[in-house]
Amino acid sequence: MTETAAHITVRDLTMAYGDFVLMRDLTFTINRGDIFIIMGGSGCGKSTLMTILMGLKAPAKGKVFYGEVDFWGADPQTRNRIIRRSGVMYQSGALWSSMTLAENIALPLETYTNLSPAQIREVVKLKLALVGMAGFEEFYPAEISGGMQKRAGIARAMALDPEILFFDEPSAGLDPVSARRLDDLILELRESLGTTMVVVTHELASIFAIGNNSVFLDVSQRTMTATGNPNQLLAETRDPNLRLFLTRGEQS
Amino acid sequence: MTLRGEMFMEQPSAETLKVILAGHWKLGGELPKADKVQQRLESRPGVRHLVFDTRGLADWDTGLLTFLVNVGTFCSQQNIQLNRDGLPPGAKRLLELAAAVPEKKDARKAEERVSFLIYLGNETVNFFRSAGQLLEFIGEAVIAVRRLVQGQAQYRRADLGLIIQAVSAQALPIVSLICFLVGLILAFIGAIQLQLFGAQIYVADLVGIAMVRLMAAIMTGIVMAGRTGGAFAAQLGTMQVNQEIDALKTLGISPIEFLVLPRMLALALMMPLLCLYANVMGILGGMVVGVGMLDIGFIQYYNQTAAAVGLWNLGIGLFSGTVFGVIVALAGCMRGMQCGRSASAVGDAATSAVVTAIVGIIVSTAVITILCNFLGI
Repeated sequence: MTETAAHITVRDLTMAYGDFVLMRDLTFTINRGDIFIIMGGSGCGKSTLMTILMGLKAPAKGKVFYGEVDFWGADPQTRNRIIRRSGVMYQSGALWSSMTLAENIALPLETYTNLSPAQIREVVKLKLALVGMAGFEEFYPAEISGGMQKRAGIARAMALDPEILFFDEPSAGLDPVSARRLDDLILELRESLGTTMVVVTHELASIFAIGNNSVFLDVSQRTMTATGNPNQLLAETRDPNLRLFLTRGEQS
Repeated sequence: MTLRGEMFMEQPSAETLKVILAGHWKLGGELPKADKVQQRLESRPGVRHLVFDTRGLADWDTGLLTFLVNVGTFCSQQNIQLNRDGLPPGAKRLLELAAAVPEKKDARKAEERVSFLIYLGNETVNFFRSAGQLLEFIGEAVIAVRRLVQGQAQYRRADLGLIIQAVSAQALPIVSLICFLVGLILAFIGAIQLQLFGAQIYVADLVGIAMVRLMAAIMTGIVMAGRTGGAFAAQLGTMQVNQEIDALKTLGISPIEFLVLPRMLALALMMPLLCLYANVMGILGGMVVGVGMLDIGFIQYYNQTAAAVGLWNLGIGLFSGTVFGVIVALAGCMRGMQCGRSASAVGDAATSAVVTAIVGIIVSTAVITILCNFLGI
């Protein structure tokens, strides 16, 4: 696996709800092992872009390639196979509320592997321990805090050792310390597993701390205006909107 | 005592209007309207500047600000210069803050008035679209059943068990009550007519056939539509709101197989049993009236019922029950899956599930009755 092999390529993508065009002409590349940040102001379509990447919503125009495969041009089986190699952490965790954490994490394993129940229990224990929640197997999602739900959501997303992990606003609604620990967790997982991470966020601290590649969606121009390492973007950009965003509104 | 805001206007020069604000400019008090300033400005077209004098102002809140915003809007329409210097510094800053980000014109929801024909056309298109969705959903459910038969369906046995418990054992009390009373009511109504001919004994036939062939299934179906169909829609709708269904999809697990199939299966399996039980309760209800009021012997009533109710009646009743079970499950699950992403959408989904299920039950009863009539059974 080389460092710069393209993992997801997006070409001329247009996102729309009915007649309302949200973003057009999106073209960027996510490399293997990237922590790729999708950033932009509220309502610019960050989350929509992610739902297109993970196969929940078809784009109005344009293409998404996973490796060499045209994702939305492929048949549903191929799409399913690709998406099964990725994991998603939803904004609210989206844990299945009628199941315990252990059952939540076990479900993908039961569905897609031939592991014995004992082996599954071990894997579940390990995944929970990885996100710092060892011992919470028998808890229901409603019984733990929001930050813990997000961590458990990551554990579930990692259940099948995915090649790509999607994070929808991982630090939204978390206190600064928890948010920081979540960032560390994402970095750590990338370092040790080499997983490609796609993170939707507008949390500046996170963007600079973890991102090594990014795309900026400019809501006023309805398209992307920059892509690259966010730290480099901050140093080099001349675009006033991006500058405003990356400096928290301080013009310099 | 209500606090009052006062306003006077004077004109130091032909081009300038001075608005003097005094007293308590607070919401809920008696405040002058901005229209007065507007009328004054319209009656003196020469005015180009508007200034304020607020030295007499005791205190103020949003009441003052909305007044100033209204005056400001009119002034900018008429190209009259508004001088904010005379205002309290806090009010001045707040007005500047409110004007800092210009109103987003395309953010407003377009409230178009549509003509009746357009409305009718949209509704018609929507109707066919929702009919299409219904067929699509039924199709997906059928495919899920096929995969179940092939042993490939992904669902949790434990879920199925829990749902079976919820739709059968826990429904017994309400089904008992309703069906016992329906049997009782049928017997009462029948008894009054039959007594005229001295044919009270036929109350047993009437209650037996009506319950076993039709009423038990319908009443159980309606009870289940209310208590189970609504619950299914609310459960699945809440899962939709929490993105739990998205989470299933992104794992490549079909929500139809994982959520809809066990619910459908549970109701299809349990409804015939519930109907059987409802039959017994209904006949008991009739028996209470027959034995207690009409002086029919217990054994006599039993024998009369057993002779009247044929196996075909029972078969049709149980078949209807199964069909109703599938309808209730499908309606509940479909509305839940179509649910929007808000709390009120979950409520709508539950309501709509119950309505859909009851309509489905009545329509399918009609179809079954007509078919049986043609077949002569």
